[in-house]
Amino acid sequence: MPPDRREFLLQTGKLLVLTAAASTAWDYVVAGEPEKAPDYDATKHWWAMIIDVEKCIGCGRCVQACKAENGVSMEPYYFRTWIERWEIDPDDPEHPHVESPNGGYDGFATRPEKQGVKTFFVPKLCNQCADSPCVQVCPVGATFLSPDGVVLIDKEYCLGCRYCIQACPYGSRYLDPTTHTADKCTLCYHRITKGLQTACVEVCPTQARYLGDLKNPKDAIHEYLRTHVVHVLKPQMATHPKTFYNGLDGSVR
Amino acid sequence: MGAVDGFMYPNEMELQWSILIVLYPFITGLVAGAFILASLERVFNVQAVKPTYRLALLTALAFMIVAPLPLQLHLGHPERSFEMYLTPHMTSAMAMFGFIYLWYLMAVLVVEIWLEYRREIVHWWQRSTGLKRFAYRVLALGSSNVSEDALRIDDRVGRLVTIVGIPSAFLLHGYVGFIFGSIKANPWWSTPMMPVVFLFSAMVSGIALVMLMYVVTTWYRKVETDMPCLDTIARYLLYAFLIDFALEMIDLLHRIYEADESFKTLDFMVHTRLFVSQIVLQIMLGTVVPIGLLAIAPLVRRTRSRRALYVVAGVLTLIGIFAMRWNVVIGGQLFSKSFLGYTTYKLQFATREGLGVAVALLILPFMLLAGLVHVLPPWPHAPRERA
Repeated sequence: MPPDRREFLLQTGKLLVLTAAASTAWDYVVAGEPEKAPDYDATKHWWAMIIDVEKCIGCGRCVQACKAENGVSMEPYYFRTWIERWEIDPDDPEHPHVESPNGGYDGFATRPEKQGVKTFFVPKLCNQCADSPCVQVCPVGATFLSPDGVVLIDKEYCLGCRYCIQACPYGSRYLDPTTHTADKCTLCYHRITKGLQTACVEVCPTQARYLGDLKNPKDAIHEYLRTHVVHVLKPQMATHPKTFYNGLDGSVR
Repeated sequence: MGAVDGFMYPNEMELQWSILIVLYPFITGLVAGAFILASLERVFNVQAVKPTYRLALLTALAFMIVAPLPLQLHLGHPERSFEMYLTPHMTSAMAMFGFIYLWYLMAVLVVEIWLEYRREIVHWWQRSTGLKRFAYRVLALGSSNVSEDALRIDDRVGRLVTIVGIPSAFLLHGYVGFIFGSIKANPWWSTPMMPVVFLFSAMVSGIALVMLMYVVTTWYRKVETDMPCLDTIARYLLYAFLIDFALEMIDLLHRIYEADESFKTLDFMVHTRLFVSQIVLQIMLGTVVPIGLLAIAPLVRRTRSRRALYVVAGVLTLIGIFAMRWNVVIGGQLFSKSFLGYTTYKLQFATREGLGVAVALLILPFMLLAGLVHVLPPWPHAPRERA
């Protein structure tokens, strides 16, 4: 059934209101205080991400979008998000072949299919751990967990000692060569506080990524987590990541 | 990135901590070790090592002054380092460094050295003229009271400071070990043994350094080496070394036997990329050989040969402990936290964190020590000669 006029007006009206709200919020983002935006209450959200390994095709668009959106340096090769291609031979599961050429930025060259080898892509990013070792070790508290569950870095305050980079079990951090401070995925904090998606979620052609709000009872993430077998990376580290993987092979580290 | 074998997370290819961070535990270890040797004489009244007491204190001070420099040079924003004092993050193992450092430097080392030298400083103040007189007067803090009573108080306070100083020295270097040992993400570092191993290796390196400095200074001053003193120091070095070696072997055995998820990766690394620095330099040349030399030294009757043995053992010890720091700091970054690959550390020369700076930072404390020895001569029986 085509949408009726009433429905159309309602949707358009919502869109206009949201755009206006987003532009107000943008002023606060530019001022470096997105949490003070009048239409965004940081205490009312608890962000998480779902990555569906079975849906990722390794096209690299998330890596490209992330670099473009966040100004991540092209060279040397640092990444806020990257994609790994895993090939696991069931006869030799201890020695998987893993690669991430240029972080998967340009996608992956096809490899001759090997009989009986399991191949899949694993997009990675900061896990936004609830008990984050990087936050724990920062000597001045420049890296911190925001009230809405995002691990952020105060670049005006970071010493550049790199202790947090050593403490991250996932290789999510690097030293930004331009600011000489630690850097990593912010879950596009400047976007999500405006009601937008992260850049990587926005561009993913297969919807392999989903940004969810665990404090919003209406968010589909609750149903997803209830009905899928999800896994986090390196659970033995007890960092309590908020990046959940669906269909993740147990050998992925 | 041809230096990478297997798979590294893309952000891991560059090493985060360079040779400067190798120097940091090496230098603080020398400080702690030298101080602990000095304290032996003071607290436990070991008369035999008395000739090295002041030299050990000055050595500790010279290296302590240099200790924060490699850290400072390494920071992305050195100008912000003071924030660690103003807004320390209480859950960070690193945040306490500044406080422990200052406590140790100002409350222990400087006070102990000042009390030890106070009588001489007053003496030099009253005997010299001009600028020198003024300098010694400042050093004496303007007080010329060297009466029996005052000196007795000096001695008692000095003893108290030493007693506080020993746990402080333990704290200083145990703490440095904790900075590495508490990183659960890195299996090469993450072990509760780390602070203990760091502590004993610190004692080993500090004692070896003071022993060498003593031989070098006696040779330079053309005075007779006090062999009982040297023998005693060498014996302490041997004991500390045996404990240190035993601790490191316990750690190694534990890792081999437990063989957790990281074991194969680390084992492969030790047999390939770390083979020369770990097996050859640290364990064989830097530990087994000097322990052997120190063990057979008492059987050598000829003084000169024995002294030569001590010198060789001391130099090898310092090389071995430096290799140990290298293997901890650099080795901990050569493998991927995915346990699927390895990278290489490319040591540059003329960069901010290059070999040139590292060598300069190792020479600097010796220059400082020369200056300190000039201002505060540590030889009690050879009063300062004046032109």
